[in-house]
Amino acid sequence: MSALAILQALAGYGLIVLGVGLVGVAALGLLRFPDAYSRLSAVTKAATLGVCLTLLGVLVLDPSWSNAVKVLLAVALQFLTSPVGGFALGRASYRSGSPLAPGSLYDELGGRQRAGQAPEPGQGGEDGARR
Amino acid sequence: MIVIDIALGVLALALLPALWRIAVGPTDADRALSADHVFFVFLAVAGLLAIRLEDSVFLDVVLVGTLVGFLATITLARLVDRRRS
Repeated sequence: MSALAILQALAGYGLIVLGVGLVGVAALGLLRFPDAYSRLSAVTKAATLGVCLTLLGVLVLDPSWSNAVKVLLAVALQFLTSPVGGFALGRASYRSGSPLAPGSLYDELGGRQRAGQAPEPGQGGEDGARR
Repeated sequence: MIVIDIALGVLALALLPALWRIAVGPTDADRALSADHVFFVFLAVAGLLAIRLEDSVFLDVVLVGTLVGFLATITLARLVDRRRS
């Protein structure tokens, strides 16, 4: 086994262990965090990074051009789409009135888009129009 | 190879909290979030299976799964928004 092969295996397995560990941390956050928003932050950030690191580890262990195209495209798409999905889920959960944890200090929106309250006529016109 | 097997076991365990959240999660937002998490775990499992089974067709599965997961997340977010749980 050449030194390069050892280095490749070390880097690949290291990336995979790191990535799977991050997905496990996200699962722990999903289990333990107090409200929907902190759970959302755990899943969106930790699991995204975990999946990307795992895929990069797979690429390091099995390098070829076709694999590189697929994995790099998947990682780029993941980094582009995951924040959008997380933001949409967070906005939807706030608008559907999911409660904040008791220890929350700030609520910047101040319940303005909460359920059951029509948006005021002057502002949030696009929200009113869409519903 | 043993590392891959252990990693697959850890990912299987990482699905259990999502199951718990879908069953008892206080709001619909938690359930949609758990579906998102299941998608992430599925992508990681498909990537690892490409190494474990030495078949790079699983990387195509990862690529398609990324796009389908994004669309599913957006759709679930709109559904949660409409439902006003």
